[in-house]
Amino acid sequence: MLKIPWNYSKKEGSFFPCPGQQSPNKIVHWLFVGHYWVQLCFYCVFQAPAYHLILEGILILWIIRLLFSKTYKLQERSDLTEKVTESLLRNGSQNHLSLQYQRSTLPPTHKIVVNGNECINFASFNFLGLLDNEKVKNVALASLKKYGVGTCGPRGFYGTFDVHLELEDRIAKFMRTEEAIIYSYGFATIASAIPAYSKRGDLVFVDEAACFAIQKGLQASRSNIKYFKHNDMDDLERLLKEQEFEDQKNPRKARVTRRFLFVEGLYMNTGSICPLPELVKLKYKYKVRIFLEESLSFGVLGEHGRGVTEHFGVNIDDIDLISANMENALASIGGFCCGRSFVIDHQRLSGQGYCFSASLPPMLASAAIEALNIMEDDPDIFRKLSQKCQQIHLALHGISGLKVVGESFSPAFHLQLTRSRGSRENDVKLLQEIVDYCQNRGIALTQARYLDKEEKFLPSPRIIVNIFCIWYSASLSASQNFIVK
Amino acid sequence: MASRRAHSSGDRDKSSGLRNGYSRGPRLNGKPASDLYKKHFYESFEQPPLYVPVLTYMGYGIVTLFGYLRDFLRAWGFEKCHAAQERKEQKDFVPLYQDFENFYKRNLYMRVRDNWNRPICSVPGPTFDLVERVTDDYNWTFRYTGRIIKDVINMGSYNYLGFAENHSEFLKPVAEVMMEYGSGVCSTRQEMGNLDKHIEVEKLVTQFLGVEAAMTFGMGFATNCMNIPALMGKGCLILSDELNHTSLILGARLSGSTIRVFKHNNMQSLEKLLRDAVVNGQPRTHRPWKKILILVEGIYSMEGSIVCLPEIVLLKKKYKAYLYLDEAHSIGAVGPTGRGVVEYFGVDPADIDVMMGTFTKSFGAIGGYIAGKKELVDYLRGYSHSAAYATSMPPAIAEHIVRTLKCIMGLDGTTIGAERIRKLKENTRYFRQHLQQMGFIIYGNEDSPVVPLLLYMPGKVGAFARRMLKKNIGVVVVGFPATPIVESRARFCLSAAHTQEMLDRVLTVLNEMGNFLRVKYSRKPRNSCPELKYDENYFEFDI
Ligand SMILES: Cc1ncc(COP(=O)(O)O)c(C=O)c1O
Ligand SMILES: Cc1ncc(COP(=O)(O)O)c(C=O)c1O
Repeated sequence: MLKIPWNYSKKEGSFFPCPGQQSPNKIVHWLFVGHYWVQLCFYCVFQAPAYHLILEGILILWIIRLLFSKTYKLQERSDLTEKVTESLLRNGSQNHLSLQYQRSTLPPTHKIVVNGNECINFASFNFLGLLDNEKVKNVALASLKKYGVGTCGPRGFYGTFDVHLELEDRIAKFMRTEEAIIYSYGFATIASAIPAYSKRGDLVFVDEAACFAIQKGLQASRSNIKYFKHNDMDDLERLLKEQEFEDQKNPRKARVTRRFLFVEGLYMNTGSICPLPELVKLKYKYKVRIFLEESLSFGVLGEHGRGVTEHFGVNIDDIDLISANMENALASIGGFCCGRSFVIDHQRLSGQGYCFSASLPPMLASAAIEALNIMEDDPDIFRKLSQKCQQIHLALHGISGLKVVGESFSPAFHLQLTRSRGSRENDVKLLQEIVDYCQNRGIALTQARYLDKEEKFLPSPRIIVNIFCIWYSASLSASQNFIVK
Repeated sequence: MASRRAHSSGDRDKSSGLRNGYSRGPRLNGKPASDLYKKHFYESFEQPPLYVPVLTYMGYGIVTLFGYLRDFLRAWGFEKCHAAQERKEQKDFVPLYQDFENFYKRNLYMRVRDNWNRPICSVPGPTFDLVERVTDDYNWTFRYTGRIIKDVINMGSYNYLGFAENHSEFLKPVAEVMMEYGSGVCSTRQEMGNLDKHIEVEKLVTQFLGVEAAMTFGMGFATNCMNIPALMGKGCLILSDELNHTSLILGARLSGSTIRVFKHNNMQSLEKLLRDAVVNGQPRTHRPWKKILILVEGIYSMEGSIVCLPEIVLLKKKYKAYLYLDEAHSIGAVGPTGRGVVEYFGVDPADIDVMMGTFTKSFGAIGGYIAGKKELVDYLRGYSHSAAYATSMPPAIAEHIVRTLKCIMGLDGTTIGAERIRKLKENTRYFRQHLQQMGFIIYGNEDSPVVPLLLYMPGKVGAFARRMLKKNIGVVVVGFPATPIVESRARFCLSAAHTQEMLDRVLTVLNEMGNFLRVKYSRKPRNSCPELKYDENYFEFDI
């Protein structure tokens, strides 16, 4: 605000500003000066071109506006948010399909009660049927009696139990690696392992079909990501070559840029297997480290269930890190990473999900140990599982309207529509009808759930079919008939 | 070493008079807002005499110098290097670790490594059994002797209400569910892993917290980092306390929103950020932020401080932001009936938009929950990353949570739950008061069962933990990077299961240890002699 330095003389009631104690002479002098300026202005006005006047006029008006427009007050502005603040939730959450959860009441083993119907379960990842195994349950029970339920602390702070150490040891021995580390949650395993190694500025090559946990881990690592087409080695090599070319241009940067290759053994999103031998060749050719996610293939592929490395006969030391969760074939909870100590040990201080979360409840660790025992004692189950897979795979081939996607030896494969019904929504609806139809007839299936907005490369809608090795053939053939519909 | 405070901009502002032993007369906008607090709210962060940080820095300096020297010796082969080496075939790859990354681990952490990851072989109750391990090569490897150190007093586990126990009677329902359902689940919530047990837990949590709905997840860490991204996205702003847990930081980062950090529990700092956000909007475009979310914890696990919830609720309403409250350490542990900081302050649960908590601490299980309005939970059922992609909670664990919740709420027809909550409160006050009387600097709120005792110097950290173990007391010590570099500390977590004798023993030993290590730095006035008096009527409770 402008301060007016003059006092208005109230006595005379005149409009003349009367500066303090000044004499009238001064005022007369000021009037003269003012007169001179007014004359000068008139002179200018008549001499100046028209556009100049207009411009100045606008300028003066603008200045007046600026002077008189309100200054900006905080309190008044804060109501601004009211109009624009969005709801915490995105719109359209009400009638989302996935809100209608299936509700299972019996244990999700090979028989399951879904929404009140008893069904044969094709929907859980309990491939070896260990979830319902009496031996596993008894061992878990004994552990429960000894240790109670929770661990009440992260591994660093008295959350390390002797069973955790034993489990790590057993996994390392089973996989024939130097060291293993366990996490208390499957998803957190690879998602924590990736950012422990790959940092900002590092380079990562990933298959497009990589599962959500890998995607999240990559996002957390803030590395530069290059996607190659699903299982397409030529595309991968093209990317690697491009990078080699880049490196030659900037060798100093290349010397400190770590490179990683993230692949899955059996892809969760497509059911197909990765061409590991070629990948290993590329690894040494272009000097990238391979991280292999084996959540589906661990305890499934290979003669002893050691996963894709055994399936292809690849030396496990050629893979820098193998991660898998214990929530599928092992039918427990948690996950592990294994590999050389040089690599794995780093996670004990840098794996966020390892350091900053409570450790795995001891009874679940014991259950996993017992499950490993069973797998070691009876490698025959892997052969049986693979047979069952092939049997069902064959039976499901040639259903009109549905195609089977995935390897014939994979216990998790997908049914997709051969012809899309126009939009994703319609496809999802149709598949859901099929799922409901089967459920009413005693077969539990489920669609693979994806968060449409979050996936980088959204897989098309599909039904997952999971095979257990303990099914009886009678129920099998019955199921086939139904799915065939 | 992963830093807990990955996004904190630096050390805390020590110059603000706020931190030095102040009794927090809560202030808002410079005006005292004491009417917000129904009861006395006292938090203390006393500063040590100046020579302490100076000596501490010197200590780190010496260790670092020796580290360089030894690295030099290792490089020239004078000293044997115990660390695992890269494979010969891969020597020409880009090195997996930068050298400085592991400097800290090789030269500082290795010297005191025996104080972490100590393996235990019993219930982590008020006392536990440790597996004895020794090292022949200065902590590079450990050897298990096969002996067991019996009955160590456990001052480290987050067993606030003492539910880490193995009474066969308590465990019976859990054991039955385990025999019926097996140990795992083998599916996600959205596919085939939605069991009736989950629905039962969710109903109880809803009832317990006094909210409309709740959803459970298989891991507390993942609850944060897989649900925040479902709520926030590009164009949103997250205001996060500088000492927030890694899982909150990770969740915020994964969401892709802009993150700004305010000083720990400092309402002026938060209000400044809020005002700035509302007035200026997004950088460059100046469009208003789509949503603003305040991320705070109930009890901060390294400081023992309790969030100034009433003020935050006021601010959140004033600036129309949302509030995400992580009650990992506070649920069950504070509040007259164990309902967390919300009850502690008498705040309406409906004022908290997202209430998150974990079952790993007070409940002695595993997993986490999110509770709030029905729309929120319904939305998360559809869009939470955890519901779609991660395995759901094992049924036996769910049964255990049901049992503990019923016990806390008194639905099992006993007063065991209420007694435990009272006992925890008693233990907390008792322990804190005596430590303070002895002249230790302890941080945090007088009602917080997490009690950090400041040790400052790195050398004292190792000595303290080892000597305490010799006296059969298991303590947790934490140093850089989980704390600011000069503020290494020991952290005690009290439990309702601790008996009077146990606490007295710990206190006696601590008193000796404090004299021996000279860590009684407090300059606060104290009563003449710290006698260990324990009297049921000694404390007043407003239950
Ligand atoms: C080495 C280490 N392990 C584990 C933790 C986990 O602490 P909290 O249980 O509070 O997440 C920390 C904490 O900062 C730590 O420094
Ligand atoms: C504030 C906070 N949130 C989340 C977690 C993680 O919980 P959980 O151990 O159940 O994974 C912790 C654990 O230390 C925590 O302190």
